[in-house]
Amino acid sequence: MALGRIQVPARARRGEVVEARVLIRHAMETGFRREADGRAVPMNVVNTVTCRHAGREVFRAELGSGISANPYFAFWFRAEESGEVTVEWVDDAGERGVASARIEVS
Amino acid sequence: MRRRRFLRAAGAVLAAPALPAAAQAFLPRRDLAALVASVTGGATPSREGIALEVPALAENGNSVAFRVRVESPMTEADHVRAIHVLSERNPRERVALFHLGPASGRAEVTTRIRLAVGQRIAVVAALSGGRFRLAEAAVEVTAAACIDEGT
Amino acid sequence: MRALAALALCACAAAAAAPPRPEPPLPGTHFLGSDLKALQADDFANPGLLWVARGEALWSEGAKPCAACHGEAARSMRGAAARYPRFDAGLGRVVNLEGRIDACRTGRQGLPAFAPESPERLALAAFVARQSRGMPLAVSVDGPARPVFERGRDLYRTRIGQLNLACTHCHDERWGKTLLAEPISQGHPTAWPAYRVEWQTLGSLQRRLRACFFGVRAAMPDYGDGDLLALELYLAWRGEGLALESPGVRR
Ligand code: HEC
Ligand code: HEC
Repeated sequence: MALGRIQVPARARRGEVVEARVLIRHAMETGFRREADGRAVPMNVVNTVTCRHAGREVFRAELGSGISANPYFAFWFRAEESGEVTVEWVDDAGERGVASARIEVS
Repeated sequence: MRRRRFLRAAGAVLAAPALPAAAQAFLPRRDLAALVASVTGGATPSREGIALEVPALAENGNSVAFRVRVESPMTEADHVRAIHVLSERNPRERVALFHLGPASGRAEVTTRIRLAVGQRIAVVAALSGGRFRLAEAAVEVTAAACIDEGT
Repeated sequence: MRALAALALCACAAAAAAPPRPEPPLPGTHFLGSDLKALQADDFANPGLLWVARGEALWSEGAKPCAACHGEAARSMRGAAARYPRFDAGLGRVVNLEGRIDACRTGRQGLPAFAPESPERLALAAFVARQSRGMPLAVSVDGPARPVFERGRDLYRTRIGQLNLACTHCHDERWGKTLLAEPISQGHPTAWPAYRVEWQTLGSLQRRLRACFFGVRAAMPDYGDGDLLALELYLAWRGEGLALESPGVRR
């Protein structure tokens, strides 16, 4: 199950630069690990994370196996209008996830 | 005296490096400068206005705190376009590539990274005007005290 | 002086033959580096909270959800985790928190049991344990729980494995010292289920205990084994009064 969260301040002034935090549940399999029975576990990582606000991309990450399991990101964006801040991610197996949080801009 | 002996005996069996010695041998040190050059296209990056925060000593290589901050007004005319995170000794040299822009407002990214062994990490910021900035830091990784594969 | 000694003796009578509890009692968090300490305390970034969130969703899922009987977990489950393991009169045996959840799943929901360390079982346990965050461990070791407690107490002092060490040798006699680079804590169970960076996932207290068996090169008891349950009860008694902090973050 794709599970993740995003956190932004509930309120901001227009043009204010605020922090977004993202946490995604994912094993970030490196491809180098083996099961107890010796079978290799194929590489499968969240390879792209994209965050949008007010119709614009504010942050995008391209990732490899060097990012920790259950990836965490904090970054900044300019609060432009009230609405959802949405983060989307996709892994090597094509599984997608999405989470969003609301911000009121005055 | 007794304690010493205990610690040595227990340590010898309990302690294992983050990766077995055999695996570490397959992680040769890359030339970070060459790696940086592959990102900048040979241009010499400035070492000003960029900060990389990683611990000098990480408790466990599976999850190492990481933050990069670049000084920039983040306007249409003058902003950080991207930040490359490069590893000297991970199995894969490219750790992450962060795309930013004027909508970001501030060029700062925090995450947690994996380090297979102690090594140097480089961050290269690509600026809107075509120039680059570079910061590097060394992280030592504490040996994991428990090898509990199978638990 | 003698009166004091006598008093101390009385206080320990309940625990006859148990090694003295570490003084002052300190949770495992005390022995973490500043980075993992901060990660555990961060109500957003602590990765264990992903399991708590999953558990919260599972709480109200299905035809006969947990919520149908227990209502709002914040009220009905508050303090529950601090009382486990405990003797369950209905079941006629001592169960830990996961065991109690299993009993509801099979007995009350009529669903197949979760596998040990399955994401769902861990998620529900973490969610229930979270409702007792900050509450002091307070288990009962009297009455029908007594034999299980005594078994745990005796195991705790029994040398095991190729290293021929007992739990007490590390967690009572050497806490605060390091085993090469790793600090040894007092071995309290307050953080569990916890997110262990070494595992890169959440795990139960039983998984942690199995790792200690493995560490001294002893045969690992199976999940659900009576020895592990007895040790859990002993540890909970030994850590009495310490605040629950699940989901903890551990090295
Ligand atoms: C050789 C030393 C050693 C022995 C013997 C040992 N442990 Fe541990 N134990 C450790 C280390 C090292 C850790 C990880 C660091 C820490 O939390 O102490 C640990 C962790 C724990 C933890 C988790 C504490 C926390 O806060 O997360 C518990 C509980 C525990 N041990 C119980 C036991 C029990 C019960 C036994 C006996 C079956 C035992 N240990 C035997 C070294 C040992
Ligand atoms: C059909 C009703 C029912 C459902 C559904 C149910 N339970 Fe229970 N649960 C009970 C009852 C009744 C008890 C009290 C013990 C007993 O008599 O078995 C209990 C006890 C418990 C306890 C112990 C509380 C304490 O204070 O000691 C926990 C924890 C628990 N349930 C968790 C769950 C979880 C998690 C689920 C969903 C997976 C669940 N239960 C589903 C009826 C239910």
